[in-house]
Amino acid sequence: MNRWSRGIGLLAALALAACTPKSDGAAPTAAAGGVLRIYNWSDYIDPALLAEFTKETGIKVTYDTFDSNEVLETKVLQGDTGYDVVVPSNHNLPRYITAKAVLPLDKAQLPGLANLSPETVAHMAAFDPGGAYAVPYMQGTIGIGYNEAAVAKRLPGVKIDSWAVVFDPANLAKLKDCGVYFLDASEDMYAVTLNYLGKDSNSKVPADYEAATALLLKARPFVRKFHSSEYIEALANGDICVAVGYSGDILQAKARAEEAKTGVKIAYAVPKEGSQVWFDVFAIPKDAPNPAAAHKFIAFMLRPEIIARASNFTRYANANAAATPMVEAAIRDDPNVYPTPELSKRLFVTTTKDQALLRDVNRQWTKVLTGR
Amino acid sequence: MRRGGSGLAAALPLLWLAVFFAFPFMLVGRLSLSDTALSIPPYTPRIDWNQGIAGLQTFARGLDIEAYARLISDTLYLDAWLSSLRLAGIATVLLLIIGYPIAYGISRCPPALRQALVMAVILPFWTSFLIRIYAWIAILKPAGVLNIALGALGLPPVDILNTEIAVLLGLVYAYLPFMVLPLYAVLDRQDHSLIEAAQDLGATPFSAFWRVTFPLSLSGAAAGALLCFIPMSGEFVIPDLLGGSETLMLGRVIWTEFFANRDWPAASAVAIALLATLLVPILLFERQQKQVIA
Repeated sequence: MNRWSRGIGLLAALALAACTPKSDGAAPTAAAGGVLRIYNWSDYIDPALLAEFTKETGIKVTYDTFDSNEVLETKVLQGDTGYDVVVPSNHNLPRYITAKAVLPLDKAQLPGLANLSPETVAHMAAFDPGGAYAVPYMQGTIGIGYNEAAVAKRLPGVKIDSWAVVFDPANLAKLKDCGVYFLDASEDMYAVTLNYLGKDSNSKVPADYEAATALLLKARPFVRKFHSSEYIEALANGDICVAVGYSGDILQAKARAEEAKTGVKIAYAVPKEGSQVWFDVFAIPKDAPNPAAAHKFIAFMLRPEIIARASNFTRYANANAAATPMVEAAIRDDPNVYPTPELSKRLFVTTTKDQALLRDVNRQWTKVLTGR
Repeated sequence: MRRGGSGLAAALPLLWLAVFFAFPFMLVGRLSLSDTALSIPPYTPRIDWNQGIAGLQTFARGLDIEAYARLISDTLYLDAWLSSLRLAGIATVLLLIIGYPIAYGISRCPPALRQALVMAVILPFWTSFLIRIYAWIAILKPAGVLNIALGALGLPPVDILNTEIAVLLGLVYAYLPFMVLPLYAVLDRQDHSLIEAAQDLGATPFSAFWRVTFPLSLSGAAAGALLCFIPMSGEFVIPDLLGGSETLMLGRVIWTEFFANRDWPAASAVAIALLATLLVPILLFERQQKQVIA
C-alpha cells in the first residue's frame, strides 16, 4: 500500500484529464497468447512469477504499478485504461461494481477459487457478494511501527500494544522529539481512531467523525508529518521512532534496517483495541482488451505453490489457505503477517462510504492536516 | 506575399492555443458545471449525441454551479488560494532579489564567459526535476547534509524540512532560471552607449545603473516575475515533498478533490477559479508591455 509520490499521480491524472487518446490496449498481439496488461501496487509481485507465467502460457506480460487506491480508481473510472487486471483494495471494490467498471468473473476458468481461505471469503462477502467480481490477493493490517530502543528510552516500561501510544497526547509529547509519522489516508486513519474511541469504525454518523477529528487535532502538534510512504525509509534510517502504517511497509522498514546494520531495531504491533485489516483483490476492468488472458493469470495466481512464492517476496499474507504450509516459516509464523486466530478476532474491515460522507470525512481530514 | 506569410505565422500559435489551451479549458469548464456520479466517466450529465439537439438541451439543463457555490461556502478554498498566492509572492520577491544580480553579473561578463554562465544557469534542467527536489530532502532532513555542515562549524542544527521555509527554498531553487533568463535577455540587449552617455553627463556608476539600466530592465523583471509567479501559485510537487502537512496550497486542494473525494467537478471548479484570478496579473503585464512598446 505504498503511496510513493502523489506528484506522479497528479501528473498522470493531468495527462489523462487532458483527454487521453484511446490507450494502445489493442497493441499487436505478437506472442501466441497475446498480451496481458497488469496494473498493480509497487513492489507487490515477484518478477520471476511473471516470467514463469509467460513461459507457460505464451502470453506476454506488461506490468505497471501505482501507489494509491485513489490513483487506480480515478484511472479505471476514466475508462479505456487498456489494463486487463487491476488490484484495488476491498473497501473500494463496491464503487467499481456500482460504476460497472469491472467484469463479472467466469468462475469455470478459475478452479483454484476452492483454495481461498473461508475466513477471507467471509470478509469479502460484504464487498463482493458471492465473489462475483474479484479474487483476493494479499492482505495486511494497520498498526504501529516503532524503533525499539528510542521508544523504550522515552516511554520506559510501557508495552507498545495500545493505540494510546499514538493517540494519547501525554505519550505523544514524550515521543515528539524523536519523530512521529501518521498515514495520510483519511479513511484508514478515521477507522482506527473511531475504533480507539470505542465507536463503530464504520460509523455513518458525522458526530462520531467530529469526535475523532477532535482527538486527531490534539495529537497533531506532536506529529512530524502525515505521509503514506516516507515512513518506511525514515523508520529504517532511524530518522523517526514511531509511525502509524501498513504492516508490510513496516516489516519492509525492519528488513532494511537489518540489512543496513545501523543498529536500528524496528518492531510492529497491532494494538489490543483492534485494527483494520485490508485485502487487495484482482479484478478485470470492463473494457479489458484481453479478459481471457486475465482469467488465465488469476487462475495461475490461485495455485498454492505460486501464491506462496508471491508471499515470500512481498512479506504479506495471501488469501490462499492451501498455500500457507508452502510459505516460508519466518513469514508464516509471524503473527504480524499471518494473524493468530486470537488477533484475527480483533481485526475489522472498513466499508464503503457514500459520496456525501466521503467528502465530509475528507474535509475533516484536511482540517486535521492543515488546522483549517 | 508578406501579408500571407505573417497570417500563416499567426495561425500556428493560434492553432496551438486552440488545441492545447482553449479546448482542454472548455472541457474543464464543462466538467466544473457537472455533478459527480459513480460511473465511467465519474460525472454527469454527458451529451447524448444520438438525440441530437434534444440531447444537447438535456445536457445543458443538467449543468449547475454547485461546485462553485461550494468554493464560496467553505473558507478552506479561500485560505488555500491566499496561502498559495502568498507563498508564490514571497518566492517571486526572493527570486527577483537573487536573480537580478546574477543576470546583471552575467550580462557584464566578456562574451565567451557569458555563454558559459548562461549554460550553467540552464544546466540543472538536464537532471530530472523530481530528483533535484528529492536532493533537497537529503540536504534538509534532520541528519542531512546541511546539519552535518552546521555541526562541523560548531553551529546548532536547524530543522526546516516539512516547513514553509523548505517550500520557499525549493521554489526559489527550481524557478531561478526562469527569472534569470528573461532578465539576462533584456540586460544583454541594452545599448551600452546609454550608460556611457549618462556617465559623460556626470552620473556616478550607481546613479547610471539606477536611472538608466534598472528602468530599462523592468520589462524583463516583469516577464521573469510572471513566468515564476503563475506556475508557482499552482505548484504541487514542491510543497508536497518539502512542505509539512499544514502547508496549504491549491495544488493540494485540487489533488484532494480529484483523487480523495473523486469529485472531478469540484477539482475543475478550483482549477478554473485559480486560472481566473491569475488572468489579472497576465492582463496587467500585457498592458505594461504595450506601454513599453508605445
